[in-house]
Formats: sequence, structure tokens, C-alpha cells
Amino acid sequence: MMQIPADIPAWLAIAVALLLICGSLITLVGTLGLLRLPHFYQRIHGPAITITFGAGCFLLASMLYFTALQERPVIHELLITAFIMLTAPVTAMLLMRTAVYRDLRNGRRIADMATDPQPAAGHGATAGATSPGLMEESRDRNP
Amino acid sequence: MRLLLEISLYFSQFCVVLAMLFCMLRLLKGPTAQDRVLALDTIWMCAMLFALLLGISFASLVYFEWAMLIALTGFVSSVALAKFLMRGEIIE
Repeated sequence: MMQIPADIPAWLAIAVALLLICGSLITLVGTLGLLRLPHFYQRIHGPAITITFGAGCFLLASMLYFTALQERPVIHELLITAFIMLTAPVTAMLLMRTAVYRDLRNGRRIADMATDPQPAAGHGATAGATSPGLMEESRDRNP
Repeated sequence: MRLLLEISLYFSQFCVVLAMLFCMLRLLKGPTAQDRVLALDTIWMCAMLFALLLGISFASLVYFEWAMLIALTGFVSSVALAKFLMRGEIIE
């Protein structure tokens, strides 16, 4: 089970709990954006929230908890913070460039995709056969 | 006060696992390959957060090294996959 000391001070418990709940809700919102948004160019903004605010809250909570528990400054987590701050933009930029390059290579214009996400949405019965996902997949296989 | 911290730890663990589940849905469903790479990158990030949560709940600094390793590996794998998708080869 969890190994939390029984005589933990109230201010520490409240602060850490607040940071943890805040961070987990922000993480959930970010991944919900990844799941629900209609386009890749919108979807890439969801995990950015998870990486910056969610991870920041968790790292702050961890730093505060261990500093108070061991009665000495524990700032190892700053390493992870610096690493994430350096690498997250690099990953996002590479993925974005990949997406733009692949879309251009497959002959799709970005402006078209931004305005009308689902061209077959209004046709009801035949929407399943011509879903945009299937079309994109088949087009990706023939560059 | 101990109960409050325990409940919040359980709640945040549940939320992070739910976030990983959402990413897994996007990974399985995602229409294009870059969607899948993005979902995998987010799964790495959620795994790092989960390691940090485990470190808080077991009051051990060992989990910090796990989190650092997971962050490193996730970055390298995401960059390699993105490069592969863009050019068809990783090292040109």
C-alpha cells in the first residue's frame, strides 16, 4: 500500500493534493482534446497542455513533497522540467513538419482541411462507406 | 490529512490511466500515421507522469530515475518516428 507518513502536516497535504488534482484534470483535458478534435493540426495542441501544465503541476507537487519530507531541498525534478521544456517543442515541430510534408505530398490542401472536416457527413446512409478516415488511409499508401 | 493525500493520489492515478486509455483509442483509430505517432508520444508522457505519482505514493526517489529514463526514451522514439515518416529513412 501507499507509504505516506501518518503525521504529515496539514499545509503540505493540502498543497500537494491540490497540485495533484489540478495536474491530473489538466492531463485528462489535454488527452481528451487529442481524442475528440477533428483534425491533426488541431489535435497537436491537446498534448501540449498535458506536457506543460500537467507535467508542471506533477513535478511541482513531487518537489514540494520530497523537500518537506526529507527536510532538505530536493530539486531533482528540475532536471525533468528542463528536459521536457527542451524536447517538447522539438517533437511538436518535427511532427508538424511531417504532417505538412505528407499532406502536401498526398495532394491535399491545408486550407480545405481546416474548413470542412467531414465532407460526407450530410449524406446519412452512405456516410459509412466514404468516411474520410478510409480515404486518407488509401491515399497515404500511394504517395 | 493522510487520507486526503491518499485519495488525491488514487484520483490522479485513475486520471492518468484514463488519459493513457484515451491516447490508446486515438492510437488505434487515428486516420493518419502522424496521429498515431502523436498518440504514442502522449502515452510516453503519461507513463512518465505515472512514474512520478508512484514516487510520491511510495515516498521513494528511485522512481525519479524511471521518469527520467521514460522521458528520454520517449523523446528519441518520437523523433525517430517523425523523421521516418517525413523522409522514409531515419539517418540520412
